[in-house]
Amino acid sequence: MELLRDKAKSLLKSGAVQVVIGYAAGSATDRFRPHFARSADEADRLVFGDGCRQNLAVYLLKPEVRAMGKAAVVGGPTTLRTLLQYAVENQVSDGSAVALALEDGRVEELTSFAAVEEYLAQRPHGLSEEDRAELEQHAGRSREDRWAYWSGELARCIRCYACRAACPLCYCEQCITENNQPQWVPVASDAFGNLEWNVVRAMHLAGRCVNCGSCAAACPQNIRIDLLNQVLAQEAMTQFGAEAGYSVRKEYALSVFKPDDKETFIR
Amino acid sequence: MSESSILQRASLGAWLEAMGRAGRRVLAPVQEADRVVFGTPSAPEQIATGFVQTPGSAKSVVFPPFDEMLRFRTNGEDVHVEEPSIAAEPTVLFGVRPCDAASFATLKAVFTWDSPDAWVESRMANLTVISVSCTQCDEYCFCTSVGGGPGSTQGSDILLTPLDDRRWLVEVLTEKGRAAAGLAPQLFAPANGEAASKEKLLAQVPVRFEAKEVAGELPSLFDHPEVWKEQSLRCLGCGACAFVCPTCSCFDIQDERVRDQGTRLRCWDSCGFRLFTLHASGHNPRHVQSERWRQRVMHKFSYQPERLGVTGCVGCGRCSRACPVDMNLGEHVRRLSEMSV
Repeated sequence: MELLRDKAKSLLKSGAVQVVIGYAAGSATDRFRPHFARSADEADRLVFGDGCRQNLAVYLLKPEVRAMGKAAVVGGPTTLRTLLQYAVENQVSDGSAVALALEDGRVEELTSFAAVEEYLAQRPHGLSEEDRAELEQHAGRSREDRWAYWSGELARCIRCYACRAACPLCYCEQCITENNQPQWVPVASDAFGNLEWNVVRAMHLAGRCVNCGSCAAACPQNIRIDLLNQVLAQEAMTQFGAEAGYSVRKEYALSVFKPDDKETFIR
Repeated sequence: MSESSILQRASLGAWLEAMGRAGRRVLAPVQEADRVVFGTPSAPEQIATGFVQTPGSAKSVVFPPFDEMLRFRTNGEDVHVEEPSIAAEPTVLFGVRPCDAASFATLKAVFTWDSPDAWVESRMANLTVISVSCTQCDEYCFCTSVGGGPGSTQGSDILLTPLDDRRWLVEVLTEKGRAAAGLAPQLFAPANGEAASKEKLLAQVPVRFEAKEVAGELPSLFDHPEVWKEQSLRCLGCGACAFVCPTCSCFDIQDERVRDQGTRLRCWDSCGFRLFTLHASGHNPRHVQSERWRQRVMHKFSYQPERLGVTGCVGCGRCSRACPVDMNLGEHVRRLSEMSV
């Protein structure tokens, strides 16, 4: 904790950044909230612990935060991957944000995309054992079982769009679900409308999702929507070799055209 | 009109059965997998107890996430319109918290203040609320700051207070309550002074601010240069707070049309969304999140008390539990109340 606070203070003092986006204590002992440290006093409120899971990179694109100047963002591997995916999608330029990578109480300051790439290259890629086991369990169920599961889960969705708001890669100025001419996605939060919304969102994130889990953590209905993203991330990896957020040179599958594409419909 | 009696918990099944025989639909908090949701219990054991608060509010019983307003079909210049029936099913809402019972007064004030809303009004007229006092609370509860309380009878037709793990103290509060208890009068035994012990059994919910004072002070903070921005800096602009809120009543009307036919729907909306106030011209009178957050607080704690004479917040704490970034309404309003003194 002290290492993080000291690092934040030195970055702020030297003028290297104007704000450190981290976590502070929240409403309950097991709850943390995003915190924007702009002074040494504010840096003293930074904390880091097991419950600090929200992907804070989401704030890098927020106009109010951008107006503060250069930011350092605190986080783990998925936050770092978000930075690289932002780079691929031209949302953040090299050197315009600092990452403070936290691991086992140590803080590493990463000031360039190359440094982030190098850091991530030395760490395991892909899904955790836990996530993999969970996906395999789902995949092992029959088509009918999976349909029943998702129909039931998505019927609970209240269309509050907390998933979209918490997702750093859902940054469209106007979301397709808000388009009503034509009305691509049904507005009613019934089973069909919710299925359409959640599937459209998952498809738009295919090959882009960095698996931070912020969508599911944000869901007030406790729907594991991140599982949809994880399946599609694996699919994108298998089909196109696209693993989001490990390299700034990686094009993501849904935005490139190749004359020798393996699908005939697109050629 | 409060009349006290005693009901054995073991008699609940018989009472619910009597309600069913009388043609009333029963909705109650039921445990479903790892969540507590409002549903129709098939047996009294299914009714969840021991929770502080349900994640979703009871407002959907009278104001569901979406309502079908009408169906239409066009044939050249001809438009054929079909309006769905608004007749609501007689419903008993059992086992809600006193804050949820109180929320119906706010909803009623909103939905009847100029032209009565036929759907909401019909559902309310057919609704009997049987609430259960709170014997526990958490760090998000602040009903006592907004005129409510863990044993408040406001908005309930019947209030049950757990005396021990076998018995409830029953307070019948309205004609509707009397009718519901009258469906199985033999189950209710006269109270012998148990009512006197009610207060001691209730949760201790600390008072964080005085809503009446806050209502008077908020207008002077409207143009505050910092506080709304500071409080909303982490707000992501989603609708989780509004959609779990028992009193948020904003909706959006949209036509869903496929070729020559369609449906007019009204769906929950939230002042936290950027789109909420976006004009067709592209202009947005609340163009930043701090202005949307200010609207949320002002509407609940200043405009509604002033214009409708009701509190726009019942202190259930759901918004703060649901918020992905831990925006804590009780804490923020307390801070505002401290600033303005």
